[in-house]
Amino acid sequence: MKKSTLLRAGAIAVSLAFVTAACGSDSEGSVSEDTVVTEDTAAAAVDGVTCDGVSIAFFGALSGDAGNLGKNIRAGADLAVSEFNTANPGCQVGLVDFDSQGDPAQAPALAQKAIDDASILGIVGPAFSGESKAANPLFDAAGLAIITPSATNADLNDNNWKVFHRALAGDDKQGPAIATYIQKTLAAAKVGVIDDASEYGKGLADIVKTTLGAAVVASDSIDPKAADFSAAVSKMKEAAPDAIFYGGYYAEAGKLAKQLRDAGVTATLVFGDGVKDNGFIEAAGPAADGSIITCTCADGASNAEFAAAYTAKFPGETPQTYGAEAYDAAKAFLAAIAAGKTDRAGVLEFLGTYDAAGVTKQIKWDETGEVAGNAVYAYKVEAGAIAVIGLIE
Amino acid sequence: MRDWLIYRTFWDLTVTGVALGSIYALVALGYTLVYGVLRLINFAHSEIFMIGTFASLITATNVLGLPMLEAGDYPYRTGFQLVLILLACLLGSMVLSGAGAVALERAAYRPLRGSGDQFGAVVLAFVTAFVVGLVFFDTPKSNLIFGIIGTGPIAWMYLNIFRRGRQAPRLAFLISAIGASTAITEAVAIWGPRDREQYQTPRVLEKKTLFQLFGTDIRIDYVIVIIGALLMMTALLLFVNRTRLGRGVRAVAQDVETAKILGVNVDFVILITFLLGGVMAGGAAMMFTLVYDQSKFNIGFLLGVKSFTAAVLGGIGNLKGALLGGIVLGLAENYGSALFGGEWKDVIAFVLLLVVLMFRPTGLLGESLAKARV
Repeated sequence: MKKSTLLRAGAIAVSLAFVTAACGSDSEGSVSEDTVVTEDTAAAAVDGVTCDGVSIAFFGALSGDAGNLGKNIRAGADLAVSEFNTANPGCQVGLVDFDSQGDPAQAPALAQKAIDDASILGIVGPAFSGESKAANPLFDAAGLAIITPSATNADLNDNNWKVFHRALAGDDKQGPAIATYIQKTLAAAKVGVIDDASEYGKGLADIVKTTLGAAVVASDSIDPKAADFSAAVSKMKEAAPDAIFYGGYYAEAGKLAKQLRDAGVTATLVFGDGVKDNGFIEAAGPAADGSIITCTCADGASNAEFAAAYTAKFPGETPQTYGAEAYDAAKAFLAAIAAGKTDRAGVLEFLGTYDAAGVTKQIKWDETGEVAGNAVYAYKVEAGAIAVIGLIE
Repeated sequence: MRDWLIYRTFWDLTVTGVALGSIYALVALGYTLVYGVLRLINFAHSEIFMIGTFASLITATNVLGLPMLEAGDYPYRTGFQLVLILLACLLGSMVLSGAGAVALERAAYRPLRGSGDQFGAVVLAFVTAFVVGLVFFDTPKSNLIFGIIGTGPIAWMYLNIFRRGRQAPRLAFLISAIGASTAITEAVAIWGPRDREQYQTPRVLEKKTLFQLFGTDIRIDYVIVIIGALLMMTALLLFVNRTRLGRGVRAVAQDVETAKILGVNVDFVILITFLLGGVMAGGAAMMFTLVYDQSKFNIGFLLGVKSFTAAVLGGIGNLKGALLGGIVLGLAENYGSALFGGEWKDVIAFVLLLVVLMFRPTGLLGESLAKARV
C-alpha cells in the first residue's frame, strides 16, 4: 500500500520535474544597455529624425543548444540599431532582447511579454521555425510586425499571418537545392536522411526526401535531447549511403557526425542552415571535416562594407550566419521609424511597400511575406572552418 | 519497409544497447540503493551523474591539461599513459560524484529526517541565505557576505523547526529532491563558463574496432563500458553482501527501528548508501564521457528519468534488478527505435515499463534490497 502511494508521488514528481524543466529560465525581456549611444546629443540634434521611446526587439535563442545562432542575429540587429542611433541623435531606438532558448514551449509567454511592451514596434525574429509557429499567431493578433532573419520552414507563410516577413528564402527553396547538390555535385546514388523531429529539421528533411524520391535508402528521426543516436547510426551503417542529410541544429549535428564517423560511416555529410555555425565544428571535432552545409543566407563577410562595420562594432569578430539578414531586417524597421511611423500599424503598412537594397539582397516582400530571390549557397567545412563554395544552381 | 533493417542491424543494436544499458544500470543503482534504505526516490541523483561528467571533464582538461584538439586531430594517447588518464578521470568522477551525493544527503535530506543535524541545518541555512541574497545583490562577493551573515539566524530557525525526532512528511523529501535537482542544474547552467551550451570532453581513447562478433564491429569503448559496469556491480554486490557495513545497509533496509536498537548507526549507514550510489553514478558518468565526449548542465535529466525507469523495471530496491532493468531498457530502446523509428524511442521505453508493471507490479526481479541474499 505504502509503496504504491510512494510510486504515485514519484509519478507526480516526474511530471513536476518536466514542468520545471520547461519553465526554468531566465529569459526575461531586458533592454540592453550597449545600444544606447552616450554621445552629446544636444549638439547634433539639428538634423536627423526625432522620436521618443521607440524600440525594436530581438526574439530568439541567446542561450541553450542553438544559442550561437541567436547571438549572431542579435549582433546584426544591434549593429543596425547603433548605426541608426549614431546618425539620428534625436531618435534613440532601443533593442530589447527576448531569449526564448529556442524552445517553442516558452515562446508564447515571451511573445506576450513583447506585445505588452508598447514601445516595441517590430520584432527581428522569432529566430527558429518551431518557436515561430508558437509565437507568430500572437504577434499576428496584436498586429506587431515580425521579420525573421532565419526561420526557414516552408509552411510558415501559409498561415495568413499579416505580420509575417522573412529576410531569406524558405526551405521550399533550400530543400530542392540540397537535393540537387547531393545528386548532381556529390553524384550520390544512395542517400540517407535523418531529422531531429523539430519543426525546422523535419520540415526540411521531408522536402529533401520528397525531392530525392527513390534515392533515399534509409531515414530516421533522432531525439535531440538524447546523447545516444546508435539506432539511427546502425541504420545508416547498414544502408551504406553515399551521402547523409541531417535536418536539425548544430549542437546535435556535431554529436551525430561524431557518432557516425566513430561507427565507420564514410558517407559525405550534408546539413542545412541550422548547422552553419562554428559550434558544429566545436562539437564534431575532426568529424566535421568535409561536411557540406547549405544556407539561403548570404555570407555576410563577403560584403566588405558590412563586414568592416561589424568588426568595428564587435572587435575581433566577423559576421556569422544570419547576421547580415538580421541587419537587413532591423534596417527595414528603422527605415519605418525614420519615415515617421511610430505605431505598430504604421510600421506594418510601411513594410508592405518597402523596397530597398540590403546587404544580402534587394529587400522587398510579396503578400505572403516572402522576400524576393531564391539564392541557396553551399559551404564546406575545411580544416576546422566553414568556407563558402558558392551558389547552388 | 523498415523492418528488414532490424535483422541486419540486430547485433549492432545489441552491442550499443547493452553499452548504454550498462550506464543506465549504474545510475539506476543509486536510485535503488536509496529507495531500498530510505523508501525515498532521490530525484536529485541525475544531478550527481551530471557532476560526474563535469568531474571527468575537469580532470582531463584542467588537472591533466589535455587539449581538445592536437594538430587538428583528437589528443589520442596509447598504452600505459592512456590507462593512467582513464583511471584518473574515473577517480575524479567517483570522488566528486560521491562527495556530491553525501553533500546532497546532508543538506537536502538529513535535516528533514529530524535527526537534529546541525551541519545540515547550517549548510541549508547558508544556501537559503545565499539564494535570498541573489534577489538583492548582483556581485558574488556581496552575495557571499550576505549568505554568511544570514546563516546564523536561519540555521537557528531550521534547528528549531527540525528538532530531533521530528520527521518531515514523506512528500517533503520529494519536494526537497526536486528542489535540489533544479538548484544544481541551474547553478551549473548559470555559473558554468559556457552557460546552457554543451561542453566537449577531450577524446583520449581512439575508438578502434577490437574484433568482430556476428559480423558486427565491437569497439573498444563499448567493451570498456560493459566490463567496467560489470566490475563495479560485482564490487557493490560484494560490499553489500559480504562486509560489516554492507550488513548494516541491509539491516536498515529491513527495519530501521530494530537496526537502531541493535546498535546500527543509521545516519552513518544512510550516508554510506548515498556515497555508494554517488560513486556508481560517477563511474557511469566517466564511461558516458568516454563514449559520447560531452556534457551539459541538463545531461542528467533524460538519463536520470531513464535510469529511474530501469530501476523500477528491474524492481526498485533490488540491486540485480537495476542491472537487468538497465540492460533490458537499453536494448528495448535500440530495437524499438530501429523497428518503429527513432521518434518512438521514449514511447517504447515507457510502454515496456507499463506492460511489465501490469504483470509484475514489483518489477522484473521484484524483491527488495532487504530480502536480497547471496
